[in-house]
Amino acid sequence: MTAAPPEALVFEGIVKNYGSTIAVADVTVTIMRGEFVALVGASGSGKSTLLKTVNRLVDPTSGTVLFAGEHVTAKPMPALRRRVGYVFQSIGLFPHMTVAENIAIGPRLAGEKLRRDRIEELLALVELDAALVKRMPDALSGGQRQRVGVARALAAGPELLLMDEPFGALDPVTRDALGERVRALHEDLGLTTVMVTHDMAEALLLADRVLVMDKGRVVADETPKALVAGEGGEVAQELVAVPRHQATRLAELAR
Amino acid sequence: MNDLWNAILGLQDQLSAHVLLSASAIALGITVALPLAVWASRSERVARISLAFASLVQTIPALALLALFFPVLLSLRAVFGNGLPTLGFLPALLALTLYALLPILRNAVTAQANLDPGVIEAAEGVGMTLRQRLLLVEAPLAAPYIMAGIRTAAVWTIGAATLATTIGQKSLGDPIFAGLQTQNWVLVLAGCLVSAALAMLADTLLGIIERGFRERRRALSVGGLVAVALGVVAALFAQFGGNEDERIVIGAKSFSEQYVLARLIGQRLEASGFEVEYRDGLGSAIAHSAAATGRVDIYVDYTGTIWANQMKREDNLPREAMYDEIVQWEEANTGMRVLGRLGFENAYGLAVTQDTARSRSLNSIADLARVAPQMTVGGDPEFFERPEWIAVRDAYGLRFGEQRNFSPTFMYNALRSGEADVIGAYTSDGRIEADKLTVLADPEGAFPNYDAVLLLSPEAGKNEAVVSALQPLIGAIDVGAMRAANYSVDREEDKLSFNEAARLLAQRAGL
Repeated sequence: MTAAPPEALVFEGIVKNYGSTIAVADVTVTIMRGEFVALVGASGSGKSTLLKTVNRLVDPTSGTVLFAGEHVTAKPMPALRRRVGYVFQSIGLFPHMTVAENIAIGPRLAGEKLRRDRIEELLALVELDAALVKRMPDALSGGQRQRVGVARALAAGPELLLMDEPFGALDPVTRDALGERVRALHEDLGLTTVMVTHDMAEALLLADRVLVMDKGRVVADETPKALVAGEGGEVAQELVAVPRHQATRLAELAR
Repeated sequence: MNDLWNAILGLQDQLSAHVLLSASAIALGITVALPLAVWASRSERVARISLAFASLVQTIPALALLALFFPVLLSLRAVFGNGLPTLGFLPALLALTLYALLPILRNAVTAQANLDPGVIEAAEGVGMTLRQRLLLVEAPLAAPYIMAGIRTAAVWTIGAATLATTIGQKSLGDPIFAGLQTQNWVLVLAGCLVSAALAMLADTLLGIIERGFRERRRALSVGGLVAVALGVVAALFAQFGGNEDERIVIGAKSFSEQYVLARLIGQRLEASGFEVEYRDGLGSAIAHSAAATGRVDIYVDYTGTIWANQMKREDNLPREAMYDEIVQWEEANTGMRVLGRLGFENAYGLAVTQDTARSRSLNSIADLARVAPQMTVGGDPEFFERPEWIAVRDAYGLRFGEQRNFSPTFMYNALRSGEADVIGAYTSDGRIEADKLTVLADPEGAFPNYDAVLLLSPEAGKNEAVVSALQPLIGAIDVGAMRAANYSVDREEDKLSFNEAARLLAQRAGL
């Protein structure tokens, strides 16, 4: 096996149409290994659609996606999805399976049995008590459920973590804690992470690189620092203006 | 109360047949509905079409659906050959399966449609194939809903299966139809109670399985399944444990005389060491074809019925000539053996009270023609439409002042109360003797003969032991004896059971 290329993901000319509606209009972007990238934009800007072309929950109308140097269509879909952790807003824990069964589902599909200590280790990674393994999802709080969702995404030891509005349904305190936890896991496990969010503050605080999407196109590709400094153009700056204004107001209140 | 209990205990055979028929229909319904539901969940079009079809089937009355399979299977014989049964278990199974389809299919489709889309997305996101998604996620989540559909289907099917009696399939409908025909409410009640108890038991057991699925308690589901399986196995054993093939099957059409004669035949055969079983409540055409194909071994029919319905003859021959032609026709066309005439006739006749007969000096229908314009004639709703009535009316030039329809029971009351002066009656009806009626002679021979004849299926006709056991019945039953036996089961009070009436008949006939 040759050494993996430094590019984790390459989008080349991605277009996705739903009938006459254009969801993604010609996106070409490269994401390097180890990057934490946030895809930010208003609802309908095409950010979720673009994300889902990676694990082929969406097949693009035209264009190609390379994952670790390989076309995502080169291998059978289930094999691809097992290498890509996926966390999304509605969490989607299987209600008829225990926490342990939910976490172990990916490896189980691949014919492996996840050992008890590995499950406990995964629970520890998302800061959950090992005593929860036998619980059913409906006995957990929203925050606990999404933590299990993250643990499930990490269970097969993926190289790439895709997150689609992962913290959208959580209360602010939980949201903040879980965001930081995921950022730490990204470092510790050497992941490449792509997170879709409509919250610019979250993107600026967690990501290394922020892609701003508008009407199906990537209109800005900047570091958080550059965005805060005013780079990235009009659409990006409109989004940055919100947390900036909030910060100013808070600073005034503190005076 | 004791009668009811005895009637219920006498239904073991019908109960096990009922269980097997219902269980088969539900099982077949499940094996059709579940794959269809999976397909429907992948295709909106399939969902629409299959649900529309299943709903359409539901709008057909169950009785009609059962009846419809007779012509359908008859036409399918062109493909599958004459071995394809058109009556009995197969058509009943097919009709009930169609009936069971809707609740199972609808619940399965609804359950699939209502699955949390987040869960489906997660199933895809973790890399499940379509098959894995079905087995690991969709099936377990839909299972309690599907089970609820199966419960509904089971209750419907067990109820509708009572109607299978009408197409010659043994079921708990046998006592219900027999009881309805003879106004024997104990029999009706026994059939209803057992079938209702069966439905409730099935509902409870399936409910336990459903709860097991819903609460993810394996012990409950498995326990419920085992109980259902045990019930079906017990029914199988009860139905097929004895040597079914060696039993002689005696058919009866759906009126008292037929039930009594069937028991009379059965008692004689049992006395000769045969095991017998009864197939009651058969339609006229069904009884004939059931015997022709050997599903029924023996039954009693009437010369005029065979003449008109089977041979499609419209002419009217003298008694002996007609009988001879029927014997030859059956031998040549169905292979059935007409063993002989029992000795009485169940024909249509015109009856008046003895008082009327005396005061108007009526002996024959010819005498009636003079006074008919001052009289009211009553008949059951069918009577005035039948060719026999038209033939008689025209032969004697009968023109009654008024013509009224009554249900058979009220017809006799009407005669007594004077609301009718003449009625169209069946000549072997027990009420003719009980009410002391006079059946007017038919010198022109305008009413066709309805001599009761004993028919044997091709196979039974070759069985000399059967033939010799039944031979003494030929010519042994006069119309008076038959009327008395019919009356003993038809009267309002002190009804005899069919078996008792048959023993009484045997006694009077000197058998």
